[in-house]
Amino acid sequence: MLAKRVIAALDIKGGRVVKGIKFENIRDAGDPVELAKRYEEEGIDEVVFLDITASHERRKILFELVKKVAAEIYVPFTVGGGIREVDEMVEIIKAGADKVFVNTAAVENPHLILEASKVVGSANLVVAIDAKWNGAYWEVYTHGGKNPRGIDAVEWAVKVEKLGAGEILLTSMDTDGTQGGYDLKLTAEVVKVVNIPVIASGGAGHPVHLYEVFKVGAEAALAASIFHYGRYTVKEVKKYLKRRGVNVRL
Amino acid sequence: MFTAVIDLGIANLSNVVKALDGRIVTHPRELRNAGKLVLPGVGSFQAVIKRMEEFREEILRAIEQGKPFLGICLGMQLLFETSEEGEGRGLEVLKGKVVKFRGVRVPHIGWNRIHVVRSNPLLKGIEEGAFFYFVHSYYVCPEEENVVACTTEHGDGNRIVFTSMVAVENMFGVQFHPEKSSTVGLKLLENFRRLKS
Repeated sequence: MLAKRVIAALDIKGGRVVKGIKFENIRDAGDPVELAKRYEEEGIDEVVFLDITASHERRKILFELVKKVAAEIYVPFTVGGGIREVDEMVEIIKAGADKVFVNTAAVENPHLILEASKVVGSANLVVAIDAKWNGAYWEVYTHGGKNPRGIDAVEWAVKVEKLGAGEILLTSMDTDGTQGGYDLKLTAEVVKVVNIPVIASGGAGHPVHLYEVFKVGAEAALAASIFHYGRYTVKEVKKYLKRRGVNVRL
Repeated sequence: MFTAVIDLGIANLSNVVKALDGRIVTHPRELRNAGKLVLPGVGSFQAVIKRMEEFREEILRAIEQGKPFLGICLGMQLLFETSEEGEGRGLEVLKGKVVKFRGVRVPHIGWNRIHVVRSNPLLKGIEEGAFFYFVHSYYVCPEEENVVACTTEHGDGNRIVFTSMVAVENMFGVQFHPEKSSTVGLKLLENFRRLKS
């Protein structure tokens, strides 16, 4: 049986980690490779890099980073942020990433998911969905959470699976940054309607939050600050999960 | 004598090369001077088979000479005869075919346990039930049971037990990706590195 995955997210700008990360014994906390290595040592199952660079040199910087990470890291990693073309996905994967994720470009052109899945394979294609409750439904947002799109996130999830997405990275904008737990309702709704793995994101502040979201059916839980600020190590979180009967790699 | 990591033109091989202190090989003739061979595989059976055709003779020769060989993922599947994934024949070193997962979630992607059926030198220091990283939709069905080294179970309700490692003398195939399996994967690669060529 597949283990439930614990994933660490790193925000990257210009090839550097942007959020301040507190680790002892790390010389350069801004170096994505150093940090990813550290997480690997602690037992992370996967690393997600979200690139938020907005310059025209973005591609070049990103490819260099992906190559460096691929040579140094021995766990799978996913790269995304601003990817708009299949060509770019292919290049990122060739540079050594295991998976790529798309968000805005897929909402604007759903056909991209179909095209991309044919070229890079569904197993390597993640569609990221940012959603926020608007009183009637969970609404899809694009452009890093700036633009509401009037699309129902649960329906969108069904559609992206049909188009060939291999996984859904589901971020709740309501819980993101709160450290008060994942959006269990949203996660449960999406898990119910799709057959592909759902990676829950947004709100992890305590190991119990990961436990809860696995209980509602998420295959993987993504976390950032809980690890970055050294509140819990990956190992501590996994030990907790194992104690509570979750099948994790430890 | 060096370890040849055969480049079939799709995958990024940097961490395999690094872990094995190997060298990427793009021409079949280079295999003659290699002490060991690694055949990593990413992509589809039919996409890779064309390129592999150029290497066929040299790979078979190396295996026959008893040079340590490690096939990873598709590289393991290529040891067999045919695949449901597409046309073409594999290396046909092992009897059996490659079939698609049915009745369980496809692709089988993530961390799963290996169960040791027959131990071999690559598993030295690796615990029964250790987790490795998998990404695949097809799996091998060996005709000869004694080539099976490890099995893995996929599925929650409906379960499929498939062969996750084969071993015959110096020839090994793993369905998982040791180069993506952190410490335990590195251990396996290290064991391969230590084999005498």
